[in-house]
Amino acid sequence: MDIIKKIQLENMKAEPPKFNVGDTVKVHVKVIEGKKERIQIFEGIVLKRQNGGVGETFTVRKISSGFGVERTFLIHSPKIEKVDVVRRGKVRRAKLNYLRDRVGKSAKVKEKRA
Amino acid sequence: MKKAIIGRKIGMTQIFTDNGTVIPVTVVEAGPCVVLQKKTIETDGYEALQLAFGEVKERRMTKPLKGHYDKNSVEYKKVIREFKLDDYASYETGQLIQADVFEAGERVDISGTSKGKGFQGVIKRHNQSRGPMAHGSKYHRRPGSMGASSSPSRVFKGKKLPGQMGNKNVTAVNLEVVKVDVENNVLLIKGAVPGIRGALITIKSSVKA
Repeated sequence: MDIIKKIQLENMKAEPPKFNVGDTVKVHVKVIEGKKERIQIFEGIVLKRQNGGVGETFTVRKISSGFGVERTFLIHSPKIEKVDVVRRGKVRRAKLNYLRDRVGKSAKVKEKRA
Repeated sequence: MKKAIIGRKIGMTQIFTDNGTVIPVTVVEAGPCVVLQKKTIETDGYEALQLAFGEVKERRMTKPLKGHYDKNSVEYKKVIREFKLDDYASYETGQLIQADVFEAGERVDISGTSKGKGFQGVIKRHNQSRGPMAHGSKYHRRPGSMGASSSPSRVFKGKKLPGQMGNKNVTAVNLEVVKVDVENNVLLIKGAVPGIRGALITIKSSVKA
């Protein structure tokens, strides 16, 4: 198993982005269009973090022109340039799936103050 | 066959390419193997290389096997496999074959004993469909018709029926070598490989390539 761990470590970021479930984040995603590479920003609330190790993912939800949009990213993917935390959320569970059923004010996450 | 090596399946994981795509890989311990014997037409009637692989305790070796190893002055190994290689003449007994015989991007075939599934019905074993579960149907997971009646008045050989599934030799064909790590004698193979973790496998140049 040690060899597998070694390979996984090689494929993981030394400093993975730090954020928690409930945070509002800006995900900087590298997009390749033809030969040009640019950065696209996806901003929303982190719904959940799943799995661990190389395969760890997180799901970000935002409301885009009235429709709920969710994107799941691999934390260790080289396509994720960085993740900025805009606002820290105060949440009491690890999976915020309940946000999907809510609209408007009740779909908000309270801010966590230090 | 151009190249061959004996190895062991270690497990699966995933790696990223530079542009961020994910490749599922099987980690395979490949070699080092030793050429134990060269079989020749004069003495054996055919040409083949006998490769040996894996650590073994000396007390586990039988006397005849020890004799075979000692005769060719090769260190004791756990398993022996034979391969008919094209460039048979270029190998010598005692020569070490390591993972670096393969390159990244090459296509290989991998054989091994598949995971045993036990005695299985036709739905799992042959991907057949089941009958209706309701509306008075009493025909749920059975194998269907056995064939025609009085002629031939027998069931044809090879009819798909329940039986032992898995735990037999399987070859996965045309797999891509993603990475070669000579230091650890490790190959990364794209996709799945037959067998359990730790299973003995043989890796050969692909017949499709």
